[in-house]
Amino acid sequence: MATSEVVHAHAAPQGFIRKYIFSLDHKVIGLQYFFLALTAVWVGMILSLFMRIHMVWPNADLPLIGHIQPEAYLSLVTMHGTIMVFFVLTTAPQGGFGNYFLPIQIGAPDMAFPVLNMLSFWTTFVAFVVMIAAFFVTGGAPLHGWTGYPPLSTIQSAGPGEGLGADLWITSIALFCGASLMGALNFITTTLDLRAKGMTMMRMPLTVWSWFITAILGLLAFGVLLSAGILMLMDRNLGTSFYVPLVVVNGQVLAHRGGSPLLWQHLFWFFGHPEVYIAILPGMGVASQLLSTFSRKPIFGYRAMVYAMLAIGFLGFMVWGHHMFMSGMSPYSAFAFSILTMSIGVPSAIKTFNWLGTLWKGRVRLYTPMLFAVGFVSLFVSGGLSGPFLAQPTLDIPLHDTAFVVGHFHLIMGVAAIFGIFAATYYWVPKMFGRMMNETLGKIHFWFSFIGTYCVFMPMHYLGMAGQPRRYSQFTEVAYLHNLIPLNRFITFAAIITISAQLVFVINLFWSILKGQKATDNPWEATTLEWTTATPPPHDNFGGHTPVVHNGPYEYGVPGAARDYAMQSDPAIAPSPAH
Amino acid sequence: MATVTPNLAVKYPGTRDTGGGRPPSHGGGGNGDSGSSNGSDYRERLRRARLGLIVGLTAVVMMFVGFTSALLFRKGLPSLDPLTNTYTRDWIPINLPWALLAVNTAVLLASSVTMELARRDIGRQVALAPVKSIPGVSLGDERRFPWLGSTVVLGLGFLVGQFLVWRVLREHHFFVYSGPSSSFAYLLFGAHAVHLAGGVIALTYAAATSLLHRPVEARRIVIDIAGLYWHFMALLWIYIFALLLVAR
Repeated sequence: MATSEVVHAHAAPQGFIRKYIFSLDHKVIGLQYFFLALTAVWVGMILSLFMRIHMVWPNADLPLIGHIQPEAYLSLVTMHGTIMVFFVLTTAPQGGFGNYFLPIQIGAPDMAFPVLNMLSFWTTFVAFVVMIAAFFVTGGAPLHGWTGYPPLSTIQSAGPGEGLGADLWITSIALFCGASLMGALNFITTTLDLRAKGMTMMRMPLTVWSWFITAILGLLAFGVLLSAGILMLMDRNLGTSFYVPLVVVNGQVLAHRGGSPLLWQHLFWFFGHPEVYIAILPGMGVASQLLSTFSRKPIFGYRAMVYAMLAIGFLGFMVWGHHMFMSGMSPYSAFAFSILTMSIGVPSAIKTFNWLGTLWKGRVRLYTPMLFAVGFVSLFVSGGLSGPFLAQPTLDIPLHDTAFVVGHFHLIMGVAAIFGIFAATYYWVPKMFGRMMNETLGKIHFWFSFIGTYCVFMPMHYLGMAGQPRRYSQFTEVAYLHNLIPLNRFITFAAIITISAQLVFVINLFWSILKGQKATDNPWEATTLEWTTATPPPHDNFGGHTPVVHNGPYEYGVPGAARDYAMQSDPAIAPSPAH
Repeated sequence: MATVTPNLAVKYPGTRDTGGGRPPSHGGGGNGDSGSSNGSDYRERLRRARLGLIVGLTAVVMMFVGFTSALLFRKGLPSLDPLTNTYTRDWIPINLPWALLAVNTAVLLASSVTMELARRDIGRQVALAPVKSIPGVSLGDERRFPWLGSTVVLGLGFLVGQFLVWRVLREHHFFVYSGPSSSFAYLLFGAHAVHLAGGVIALTYAAATSLLHRPVEARRIVIDIAGLYWHFMALLWIYIFALLLVAR
């Protein structure tokens, strides 16, 4: 049985600029996305560090920014959220790893539209530069939070950062939308049209499924955010009143009339909620892949996993109203949004159950990537469980503007997704760079990050229930919050330690890329197609061949086989009883 | 003694190799004779480009879904006037120059017809290319009506027409900030015009590839995709026209 087909080999481009800068190779573009996200995550983390220090020592003079004024604190909140959501959680898992591994895992030589792929990255890069530029213009970065609620975000005179800074912010978001749409177009077309022979949809690794579904969500969501952003730019600069009602600023009546701030909220959250899944779905794919590989067992309930991801993606478009319970919406609408939101618990529980089922009685190999995959599941459960609290209007209304929400979304959308990215990094660096990452440093990094993030975000739930508001620049003088200062201080210390531990990761990454132990072609004894090719993969991925697929993606523990796994391109085996 | 290995694939129980993904094309090379390989490669590229276009148009649809829902929301919603503390509706229907818009619509629909003729023409050329390559075979008069050029001219005519609509609106003191209905009219016209201008650029590129003597297959892909995009733009315009007719 043929395991590959000979095809015409692609010639690799010569010259530094075509090879590394304006490259059309999806692998180079994937790395560009990855390192962009790595840069962005450090910017975002340092901003959060400033915030945490300011919260407990409000009069401290900080390096680079000095004493933080209330407006500057809001700028930190805004830029931290925006950079993390767009340029880290959307960029690294999908743009980075998706770009690098989706074509290889389906046996394709490249993305369907390489030029579009390159444009997508460079548009993202420009968007990032424009976003960062907001720090340096007159008035500084905007104050309106990553959700950009009008009227604050639409009135130039509303605050120091709401002039040019806010224009740059929304322009950056609009550019990012365009880039994401180009990326989504490429991912969907590639998955549908470039699969190797034998790679049926139901033989695709769950990582591919997660990138594919994420791309569909991006395609449907970013177009709406783009339209919302255009309306915002018009309100800000052309004098229209889509979002801005009659407003009085400093005793002066502005020319706007009759706009609805709620309109922005609807449009924004129609994008914003799917965005949560855009961030977390690739992590789910990676966790599924790694739990199966390192438990040496087929994934438990492959089809159920696929349908659960599709259900999560589908339901994700119908629940945006749960971000708006405070907006005075009709209780009937709130009830519908509440029920739909809680129904997402069903596919989420299916996934969690299947992950645990995969681990159950597995021959678990606790390498660093596996630790992060298990950590992902833990954080997904911990962060997810507070979701049903906030999904109920009666509970959401008192909790909405408190630290409870901060704890909830950071655990599930922030840290869980970041653990997915870490798992992917430790797992795929050997393939991407041909070097193993250091296990000892990896495990140190894992335990500090795992315990550290729980120490940071778990107590926030308690703080929220105790009434600590979020987004407040300073609360240490507020009498009823005095008792919460020690816990806040603990969180700040935990954050400093956790962020410091990320230095271990960066050192490990760069040291391993340069000096790490040489990796074999398949160091994890995994089954998917990227492990069948050379390390690092050649320009056309399979060196003049294209693989033919005969097996499912998770053939581990194969009975009677010489080794305990069958790769996807190996001669076909009888289907395992678990399928 | 020669050993003959039968060229039969062993069928293992429980495997399903049929119905899988299609083998990807790899830039025109491949096994078998090059002619048929190039043909299948071209068809694959055409199919892939069409698929990409459909996916891309989905994003455009979502953008206009966003605009439409914003319009319906904004139109139906009374807003609080804090000066009088009353709820008011500030939606004043805009007076659009319907006759001029109808002419523009006719021009755009005509351009869609010429685009379709250009698309079919290039399809015919691709089909006849193998026949023409036979020495001594002539297909008669090779001069064809410039359907593509006509489409570009009509498309530019539509854009000029839209520019005239904006001038009329300005003359009647309907500016982009004059009121929500006026803002939405400018927004929808503008967003459509930007997309259509993209189509004009694509068509100009298609015409340029024809001048540059690119292979007829490559030209067909560009013209086919630009053509389908163009039809979509015509449909989108009819939708915008109807939307503003109903909910201005």
